[in-house]
Amino acid sequence: MTGLRFDLRDPPPGAAALRAEVRAFLAEHERAWTPEVRARSWMGFDRTFTRAVGARGWIGMCWPREYGGAERSFLERNIVLEEMLAAGAPVGAHWIGDRQSGPLILRLGTEAQREKFLPGIARGELAFCIGLSEPDSGSDLASLRTRADRVGGGWLLNGRKIWTTFGHLCDWMIALVRTSPAPEGGSRHQGLSQVLVDLRAPGVSIRPIRDLVGEEGFNEITFDDVRLPEDALVGQEGAGWAQATSELAFERSGPDRYMSSHPLLEAGLDALRADAAAAPALGREVARLWTLRAMSTAIAGMLQDGADPVRQAALVKDLGNDFEQALPGAMRALRDVEAMPEPMRRMHDYLTQITPTFSLRGGTREIMRGIIARELGLR
Amino acid sequence: MIGAELADQMARALADASDVTTLRLLEAGAFPQAAWDALDALGLGAALVPEARGGAGLGFADVMQLLEALGRAGAPVPLAEGIGAAALLAAAGIEPPPGVLTFAAAGATIPWGRHAAHVVLVDGVRVTLHAAGSLRWAHGSNIAREARDTPTVTGVPLAEGMLPNAWGSDAARALTAMLRSAQIAGALQAALALAVDHANTRKQFGRPIGRFQAVQQQLAVFAAEASAASVAASAAARAADARGLADATFEIGCAKVTAGEAAAKGAAIAHQVLAAMGITEEHALHHLTRRLWSWREEGGSERFWSARIGALVQSAPGPLWTFLTSRDQEPSA
Repeated sequence: MTGLRFDLRDPPPGAAALRAEVRAFLAEHERAWTPEVRARSWMGFDRTFTRAVGARGWIGMCWPREYGGAERSFLERNIVLEEMLAAGAPVGAHWIGDRQSGPLILRLGTEAQREKFLPGIARGELAFCIGLSEPDSGSDLASLRTRADRVGGGWLLNGRKIWTTFGHLCDWMIALVRTSPAPEGGSRHQGLSQVLVDLRAPGVSIRPIRDLVGEEGFNEITFDDVRLPEDALVGQEGAGWAQATSELAFERSGPDRYMSSHPLLEAGLDALRADAAAAPALGREVARLWTLRAMSTAIAGMLQDGADPVRQAALVKDLGNDFEQALPGAMRALRDVEAMPEPMRRMHDYLTQITPTFSLRGGTREIMRGIIARELGLR
Repeated sequence: MIGAELADQMARALADASDVTTLRLLEAGAFPQAAWDALDALGLGAALVPEARGGAGLGFADVMQLLEALGRAGAPVPLAEGIGAAALLAAAGIEPPPGVLTFAAAGATIPWGRHAAHVVLVDGVRVTLHAAGSLRWAHGSNIAREARDTPTVTGVPLAEGMLPNAWGSDAARALTAMLRSAQIAGALQAALALAVDHANTRKQFGRPIGRFQAVQQQLAVFAAEASAASVAASAAARAADARGLADATFEIGCAKVTAGEAAAKGAAIAHQVLAAMGITEEHALHHLTRRLWSWREEGGSERFWSARIGALVQSAPGPLWTFLTSRDQEPSA
């Protein structure tokens, strides 16, 4: 079970000062946020806010300066993420570029790709989404069928991606697609590649899908003979599976896996401050939050040290999703919804509808537990 | 890392000196003298005693893995109690005596009391050392059949002293909570290992039951809870090292709540996976699960600490998040 080890870390030097800086910045913006915006958390898309965050150097902040980064540490970045989520800031327009697409391009992209994309992401001008799920490929991702075929001087992309968050609002997608057939009798993980797709290119059609809240957060994106240039390929042809899965520790261990409902907990505490009978239940949630934060921060430290705590990340995601998903119910148990102060009630109502997604996005609960079970030697 | 080395040393000594028979005899009332002698010889009892007082001068965080190792073995010897008692004595300026040593808050039951040579009682900030033979004992036990005895103090203590402010006025409870949180993490690891081993060997429907996703998913939940308990205990110990026990009761309480919840979930899943065999007296599992159910009560239950934490955050001004982050440890420059 060595894959389930956690090494605890102290915060980086200057942590409190950085927190104070982010809080002062958020104080200037947060008055404009409705309870629904706060409850939406990192699913809130606001390009104006994102550009303001970029101007402060808080997007891509671990990247080299030559690509628009600030060369800060991974633990410092973690502080910024925590503060954004604690306030319920609408960080969705840069969250994916900062968390996944940017780091992927930095690590595996060509020099030209880095120069083309990273400074724009860091300024908050280029929004990225991730193209993984397809109509017939969800948890069984390797069964995906979207294809990029080599044609003279580039690729021809055909197929369909679905549930792509903010696809209709983003500029670029990094899609996992098949570039060669899986070898006969070999692994389906072979022959997959990651490609950059300009979402405004001819042949790309985007159909927003209305969700149960009544919002258009995700999409179905169809590629119909979309011409991709030669340099659309990210990293190595055929190595897409390994490349995509190597990012998972970053994707699954951050504060966005346990803090998605945090503004509701704050509102709940405010409403229940004088209610002595609520103390044990509030204390229980706080104890759990404290533990999850210790676990998630430990992983941030391990990532900073160059480790690949992918199994720990799956474990923290699973525990964290349970926590953030149960928060509306925990608050409801303490105060009838009708008696909640209005902002709290609105957050509660929004989150009640959207929390089922928490254990779906980024890999389902069942997939996370399968990863842990494999580490235990059960599969 | 010193914590890992000590834990290895301790785990080896425990593996050599004790097994499930040791726990059976212990629960029947026999003190495992041979195991104690072997463990005592390592000198780990003085782990938290400052070097200037002849101890190892370690911090709480350094002994967490050691306590987990003790918990994995079902704590066949009163080493956690000895480490805690010696730390309390040293803090109060009293030389820890040799032999079996235990502690409790005044008025509480005393773990291993009947087996101890000396007993440390903590009443607020006042620490007293007693020869166990000078106390009148009423024997009791928890559901793990570990000795939890109630003394009546007669006569004067051998020594007495005052705890410094950093230890606070509820040090025995906070210390017990921290020790038991780590022991729970260890016992969960051992119970998980038994459950995984069983799932990989017991066959039904023609295959090991661990091949069924329903079983895998339950054991994954178990593993996550065990990890949470371990991380929480260590994180609390780091807070206690940085700020002193008294100012780490929030973190210690959070860890104990997490450990207590993990104990309940883990024990339930272990028994579900091991089915009827895990219920038998013959199987080793119950020595661990009965300890999990017992230890979660000691040093404050989930209910006790949740109420304290809740009251604390209710009275802290400003957002919860401000409170939580204000407790982060910045390294000294």
